[in-house]
Amino acid sequence: MPRLVSHPDEVKIVTRRFGMGAAQIDRYIELGGYEAAKKCLAQGPDWIITEMKASNLRGRGGAGFPTGLKWSFVPKQNPKPKYVLVNGDESEPGTCKDHLIFLHDPHAVIEGTIIAGLAIGAKVGFIYLRGEYRYLLEIMEKAVADAYAKGFLGKNIFGSDTEFQVITQSGAGAYEVGEESALMESLEGKRGIPRIKPPFPAVVGLYGGPTVINNAETIATVPHVIEMGAAAYAATGSERNGGTRLFCLSGHVERPGVYELPMGYNLKKMIYEVGGGIHGGRTLKAVVPGGSSTPVLLPSEIENLGMDYDQVGKAGSMLGSGGVVVIDDQTCIVEFALRTISFYQHESCGWCIPCREGTDWLKKSLTRFHAGFGVAKDIDNIQYLAENMMGRTFCPLGDAAAMPTLGFVKKFRKEFEDHLNGKPCPFAKHVELAVI
Amino acid sequence: MSSETMTLFSPALAARFDALVQKYPLKRSALVPMLLYAQDEIGYLSDAVIAEVAERIGITQLDVRDVASYYSMLRFKPAGKFNVQVCTNISCMLRGGYDVYERFQEELGIGHKGVTPDGIFSLEEVECIGVCCWAPAIQVNYDFHDELSPAHVPGIIAGYRGKAHAEAGVPDGGSSSPRWKPLVEGTGLNA
Repeated sequence: MPRLVSHPDEVKIVTRRFGMGAAQIDRYIELGGYEAAKKCLAQGPDWIITEMKASNLRGRGGAGFPTGLKWSFVPKQNPKPKYVLVNGDESEPGTCKDHLIFLHDPHAVIEGTIIAGLAIGAKVGFIYLRGEYRYLLEIMEKAVADAYAKGFLGKNIFGSDTEFQVITQSGAGAYEVGEESALMESLEGKRGIPRIKPPFPAVVGLYGGPTVINNAETIATVPHVIEMGAAAYAATGSERNGGTRLFCLSGHVERPGVYELPMGYNLKKMIYEVGGGIHGGRTLKAVVPGGSSTPVLLPSEIENLGMDYDQVGKAGSMLGSGGVVVIDDQTCIVEFALRTISFYQHESCGWCIPCREGTDWLKKSLTRFHAGFGVAKDIDNIQYLAENMMGRTFCPLGDAAAMPTLGFVKKFRKEFEDHLNGKPCPFAKHVELAVI
Repeated sequence: MSSETMTLFSPALAARFDALVQKYPLKRSALVPMLLYAQDEIGYLSDAVIAEVAERIGITQLDVRDVASYYSMLRFKPAGKFNVQVCTNISCMLRGGYDVYERFQEELGIGHKGVTPDGIFSLEEVECIGVCCWAPAIQVNYDFHDELSPAHVPGIIAGYRGKAHAEAGVPDGGSSSPRWKPLVEGTGLNA
């Protein structure tokens, strides 16, 4: 069972009910649950969208798109039914926040889905969980059944004339399905291959109807925004980055765990104070700020870095999905880069050539490099390959593989050069023989 | 498929599938979860499973295979009764995921996607399973075990072996364990 951690700097909004038995519907109601949904039902869609816009809540899946704005793109009148789709396919390496949300606060996800449905005029919401999260799916299924039993879901939610249904869905193992259009394909019973955009899901989405797709953390945040008021929520974060987010601190820190910190929280402080510093008294070599697809940052780059979408973007990386992976000085960066790219090579759906071939060649080159058979030209080749994958694929998986690779090669070129001429890697944990 | 028709699945699962295809605006949406639940019960996606799922949803077997081959959790060959999935992705790797994986390889005597001769265990090196903050972690079937070290490995194996033996009625410490048999043997392409 994942352990809960705590730190005095945390601002507990989304995690407020964690560890309090809120998976039980009566307990959730006792803790103020479903009041936000009732309020939204009374206030109407325009009010909800105005509140969401004012809250500066931005999508927690990685792209950081303003949630209120996303909801406002859905056409008011439409011949086809509209849908809400909650993305709980959490698969970005380094990210495990939705795991805790489903475990401790499943009703917040349901309540957020209801509110999103009210805002866009949808009658059905889907909650999609990755296949590996079976025990969490069972928790969600029970929560949904309980909400139906209370009349919070169904034909007449909270005794009104409004209908809202929630359907839970299981994936079966695919990182790519975390991409919104591939997620819709998977939910329609197909291979998880991305769709070309436009049209965007807000216009033509699931079953051809307008669809709002939000990350599970975003959706679980929505009831809290309504409850505390948009202005108060926005004030918790930094400029244009409302509220808090769940940072998943992992890797070489003394106290790894999921911490809820205000947007804009200093990354150095997060590692050294919240996370208790680098384990075993070692020193920091690098940190991946937002899941494995985000370019790595050096210790010199995190001194004054506030963790919000804009500041991390300015520093040349991305806030991503909140997976902060800390790397100590006794880690081989070539090995780390290889393990990162191996993941994307495995998960590439094979639809677009730059991604399918690019990830494959990057993996081959890095495997050879790591095994000590690299040649000087390989370093430039790796960079050239990665640069040519960027922006040339249907979905961001190609970029997600290329961006971190470029980061490693550019920032640790010296370490790559040290691997030349058959020199063994001093910190390698796992070397596979390369035969190319 | 009406309930009188022959089915491979247990009555409970067959009833669940009858309900599942009614749940969505399009029947086909039930496909991915249906394949996973079928695999949970039968052990793998045999030809017979694929045929029945195709019939229940009303699509071709080729369509079912096309979709099933995309998802990494779905398999066309039997795995062990307990499928040990060791994460070696970055967060787990940094905290010794490979040491745990290697220890499993040694203790079980099998490698990636291997099955032990008694059929109790299979082993897989998998990508991120969403337990990064409690790394290194593994999943045995659907159960997570986190914050592991190689020293935990023999205990985990013994625990599951005991479970398998208890279910098969072998007394503790029994040396010969019965071969775990999937309910439906594969034929033709799948074998």
